[in-house]
Amino acid sequence: MFKFSNLSYDAQRRVIIILFSIVPVALLITFAYIPVANMFYYSFTDWNGFSDKEFVGFENYLTIFTDPEYFVVFKVSLYYFFATFVQMGLALYFATILSFNVRFKNFFKGVLFFPYLLNGVAIGFMFLFFFRPEGTLDTVLNTLGLGEFIQLWLGNPDIINISLAGTSIWRYMGFNFIIFLGAISSIPKDVYEAAEIDGANKWHQFRYIILPSIRRIIQLNLILAISGALSSFEIPYIMTAGANGSKTFVIQTVDIAFKYGKVGLGSAMAVVLMIIVIVVTLIQKKFFKED
Amino acid sequence: MYKLKYTLGSVVKYVSLLLGLFAALIPIAVVFFASFKTSSEYKSSGPLTPPENWTNFENYTRAFVEGNMMVGFVNTTIILLVSIVGATLTGSMIAFVLNRFKFRGSNLLMGAFLLATLIPAVTTQVATFQIIEGLGLFNTRGAAIILYMSTDIIAVYIFLQFMDSISVSLDESAMLDGASYVTIFRKIILPLLKPAIVTVIIVKGVNVYNDFYTPFLYMPKKELHVISTALFTFKGPYGSQWEVICAGIMIAIIPTLIAFISLQKHIYNGMAGSVK
Repeated sequence: MFKFSNLSYDAQRRVIIILFSIVPVALLITFAYIPVANMFYYSFTDWNGFSDKEFVGFENYLTIFTDPEYFVVFKVSLYYFFATFVQMGLALYFATILSFNVRFKNFFKGVLFFPYLLNGVAIGFMFLFFFRPEGTLDTVLNTLGLGEFIQLWLGNPDIINISLAGTSIWRYMGFNFIIFLGAISSIPKDVYEAAEIDGANKWHQFRYIILPSIRRIIQLNLILAISGALSSFEIPYIMTAGANGSKTFVIQTVDIAFKYGKVGLGSAMAVVLMIIVIVVTLIQKKFFKED
Repeated sequence: MYKLKYTLGSVVKYVSLLLGLFAALIPIAVVFFASFKTSSEYKSSGPLTPPENWTNFENYTRAFVEGNMMVGFVNTTIILLVSIVGATLTGSMIAFVLNRFKFRGSNLLMGAFLLATLIPAVTTQVATFQIIEGLGLFNTRGAAIILYMSTDIIAVYIFLQFMDSISVSLDESAMLDGASYVTIFRKIILPLLKPAIVTVIIVKGVNVYNDFYTPFLYMPKKELHVISTALFTFKGPYGSQWEVICAGIMIAIIPTLIAFISLQKHIYNGMAGSVK
């Protein structure tokens, strides 16, 4: 009878290499590399998803870069990009104070992190409820006597992206927080003790011990923020479907490709986004190597 | 003087923590309140007012039944189980090959997996869609399952990292005892990978449970709704019945809350470990 363990180790090795990698490699090629190759190809055609593909050269790219309708969506990304700074600032602040002695430490950690684990659609609805006229936010403002600041949070095109970016901060702050917490906890405790003996106060400890030790993680998060800002989709799509000037690049791409059936143009937009994100990622990798 | 400054610092610390606490909890708490209110009570009371009757589960029943949430839970569970098992198996297998064997093309293979991390999944959907359709998987659970399994380069990463810390001499001593490579993988590597597997299950579980994009795009059929897409259908028809929508939101959140409370320690370790 055939037994695998009777084969020589060399033969076993060959069988294992082929057997263990065949499925992952097939999946990798089918769902990572073929789509990219196809996407480049589609981006040079006027394909609508069913018809014959006709080669149109750079026409799609020309449309994207000359028609302001397509380019304006990058302005929306700026809101999400600036929001990330607020998000990281908050995360860093909470991670720092919760790294030291605080009562109910684990409870606070849990509560601040929990939003990150929530379902995207649930968060979208939750904040539709939050921003409604006479909804939660308006009621809170009224209670605090700040009623005069009440706005149409999702109805006013000047404010809508701030509201949505705020929702994004609420959703993702916990992620940065937990990463920072992990990084800070890897700093040996005796460093603080030594610093305290030398008369360093809490601010000095933050500035000269914590900040330098987690510099890399901050850099990484900052650069991830750029690609995150460019590819924001779920919150604005679920909450407003891109209405009132809240359309992001990905909403635009999905609409063009799937709603209006312009797969060629949608692909070209996706290629543009992919190239920007890849360039950003490469810059980040380079940063890390030099450190 | 020192004492005063110290107390002031404490006050600032606790006040900011409380503010953070409220900011994190109020949006959830008001939804929780509203989910127990009757329709007329909802209209007459402010969002910050707790419900009169905490045992009014009518909205929950309506959301669960009319919102197709049962189907959502069944589909989410099936997809979760299959894709987690799949990603764990394929991920640990390829990591084993990449970490333990040097062969012609092994560097190329490693490079192919590393390079793929550069491709942002959100951008390639337009082209991926054509492949899923070509494979006949559109509007089947297979679409989500195969996509969750294949895009999981993070799982491969986590396994590779852990595998590094498992000493090769363990394999060698097993080989002296005549163990086959399959036995080594099953009896030595997999058990030692347990912390990595827990991490992968959590990270994957969070992603799959909360993902909206994939099921929305690839499985629009009503019978294939998952929690996310089932909840999303409340958008139009229930526009004015927020008390029902709020119950729907809570139904989607409760499993996460239970999982979070029971897995807290592992979640913290996994989240911190997966990015390092």
